[in-house]
Amino acid sequence: MLVARNGTKDSLVVAGAHVLDPPEGVDATFDVKIDDGTISAIGTGLERNAHRVVDGAGLVLAPAFVDPHVHLRTPGREDEETIATGTAAAAAGGYCAILAMPNTEPVVDSAAVLGSLLEEARTEAEVPVGFLAAITKGQRGAELTEMGELADEGAVGFTDDGRPVVATSLMWRALQYASITDRPLAVHCEDPTLSRGGHMHEGTVSAELGIGGWPSIAESVMVERDLALAAYEGRTLHLMHLSAHESVDALRRAQAAGVAATAEVTPHHLCLTDEAVRSLDSNVKMNPPLGTEHDRTALVDALRDGTVSCIATDHAPHARHEKEVPFEAAPFGVTGLETSFAALYTHLVESGALPLETLLERMSAGPARAYGLTPPRIAVGEPANVVLLDTAASWRVTEDGFRSRSANSWLLGQKLKGQVALTIAAGRVVYER
Amino acid sequence: MADIRVMRESFLPPKSPPRRHLLSIRDLSRDDVDRLLATARSFERSLEREVKKLPTLRGRTVVNLFFESSTRTSSSFELAAKRLSADTMSIKAAGSSVDKGESLKDTALTLGAYDPDVIVIRHPQIGAPQLVARVTEAHIVNAGDGKHQHPTQALLDLYTIAAEFGRIDGLHVAIVGDVLHSRVARSDVQALTLMGARVTLVGPPTLVPRGIEALGCEVATEIDAIKSADVVYVLRMQHERMQEGANFVPSLREYAARWGITPERLRPGQKVMHPGPMNRGVEIDPRVADAQDALIETQVRAGLVVRMAVLYDLLTHGPVAVAAAAATPLEVA
Repeated sequence: MLVARNGTKDSLVVAGAHVLDPPEGVDATFDVKIDDGTISAIGTGLERNAHRVVDGAGLVLAPAFVDPHVHLRTPGREDEETIATGTAAAAAGGYCAILAMPNTEPVVDSAAVLGSLLEEARTEAEVPVGFLAAITKGQRGAELTEMGELADEGAVGFTDDGRPVVATSLMWRALQYASITDRPLAVHCEDPTLSRGGHMHEGTVSAELGIGGWPSIAESVMVERDLALAAYEGRTLHLMHLSAHESVDALRRAQAAGVAATAEVTPHHLCLTDEAVRSLDSNVKMNPPLGTEHDRTALVDALRDGTVSCIATDHAPHARHEKEVPFEAAPFGVTGLETSFAALYTHLVESGALPLETLLERMSAGPARAYGLTPPRIAVGEPANVVLLDTAASWRVTEDGFRSRSANSWLLGQKLKGQVALTIAAGRVVYER
Repeated sequence: MADIRVMRESFLPPKSPPRRHLLSIRDLSRDDVDRLLATARSFERSLEREVKKLPTLRGRTVVNLFFESSTRTSSSFELAAKRLSADTMSIKAAGSSVDKGESLKDTALTLGAYDPDVIVIRHPQIGAPQLVARVTEAHIVNAGDGKHQHPTQALLDLYTIAAEFGRIDGLHVAIVGDVLHSRVARSDVQALTLMGARVTLVGPPTLVPRGIEALGCEVATEIDAIKSADVVYVLRMQHERMQEGANFVPSLREYAARWGITPERLRPGQKVMHPGPMNRGVEIDPRVADAQDALIETQVRAGLVVRMAVLYDLLTHGPVAVAAAAATPLEVA
């Protein structure tokens, strides 16, 4: 269940934009007319009525984005992010829906906590937000949460994100029991006995810097385990923030064998490698850590061929003072909602590594489908969930330019190409540059 | 020495002339090393005089900021600064505001408010010197950051080897032991290869980090690999860094039996070095530590003059000034 604050639905005409929705077979210059938040006409020379007209000339109009992995830090760390600021950041990033992770304080592991979040979102959320609930109580990895009641209350899925479900038997039970709901199980794959003491990918860079290495097998052995469990149970599974080529290989093999697993990858894992850690900038410290160029290209390939069908920001806001410490003392995580399209457009589309159409699909329909949500579509009769993109615009990422309450971005100071000009989410204009 | 690579351009206004730091051997060129070693040699001659104090850095302030215990590094930096007539102040984490939970940034800002010329910092985490460099106006010397770098140790090791052999280029150095947890090993590999030596790392496979060959060294598991080395550099078994149950080695007993440096494993004339403090009977046999071929005390003496050279080099702006002064350094005020 996705919820947002109530507001008047907008009526407008986006005139003369390059409308790009490949699954709908749309790839041409059109006017798109929106009446009370619903797409009412697509065509050329449309009657404008009294509607406001947005000039789309030279811009791309696409289905708005869906982020399957956001940390809103609420409840507990409202100094880092709130539902209001996190969803405003999402609006600025071109998103019409985001899914929030349950690793808050307290953890979203009961209908009471989930209910209060949904209540808050109904008055605060700029764009529709859904909440995942924990797999285990307190994310302690010992007892299952009341998944039935949580699903009834509106949980869009279950995850212990931030932590793996360490005990294999418990993960097995979770897969079995979650089948009473139709909500997916999403897993953070990390063997903590292998990652312990690690702050970056184990390889030539960690060897030189003397930073505790985090071997890629810490992820891939858990990916292999969870895929084996999913295959055994005949259940689906969503693998979060994949980072290692070994994990991609395992997923590809499992999918070929008929396992209905989906996976996501983050912009930072698609754009950066462990070489970036030489800067010792705590804004390139994340979990899982940045891999090698081999890992990065494996992730791009998997995204292109659809093995990995979702781009997830893993937007993880952190207080400035907690990141302004030596690398090994800093917490894991970086923000991403407001920079994801531009970062990927600059690093992957401009370089020719990924077609724009594929990027748009993996940021929108791909994640929606992984969580059983209706993908945003540009079609008459559909709710307006669209983003207007200026692929010619360049801009510089600065600390004071964020709507997010935190600024721990790996892109600070960088110049990017591609900018969100307008976001319409659930029929409301939620962002205009 | 390189200017610090400032991560966020907006953090500090640009300074002119740029401050110089010693953060990592990676930032040094071969010329930089030659210049520092030459300066250290002239300081060594000055220490043979009856009055050992030089007026060179009179009026300058050197702060020693140590977040980890240290005997030789902290004492030699303090003495080096005093020999050059600088004012010194030593701060240890224990008993300071760090005990009260003060962040490194705030500690640095506090000390920076006294306008020290140099801050020498040792910290258990990589990047701490870079952070202090960002938030203060001082020249920063890295006296050890986590498992990353210990550049003055590498320079004093080069100084010791050059004094013994008359050269570094073409020598073969075997570094034995716990490379994984050793900032000394990382700095020494970079420094020795920079100066043209061949380096072989020898140790249990669990204690030699995957991918370290990328630094241009060789890796061996068998202790026999030290046979052809001119210098056997013995690393301390850092048990204080070993988490319980980490199982890097089954026991110190087995480690000593397989990789301990004993007289039987050395040939006459093979020189032995150790950064200290030693675990006699573990990584080094006491007979080796006390033998003629051990250069361990020489290393300690070299530490003083090399650190004098580093302070002097940082505070006299630029290589030209240093080169000129190095020719007749002792009389220059």
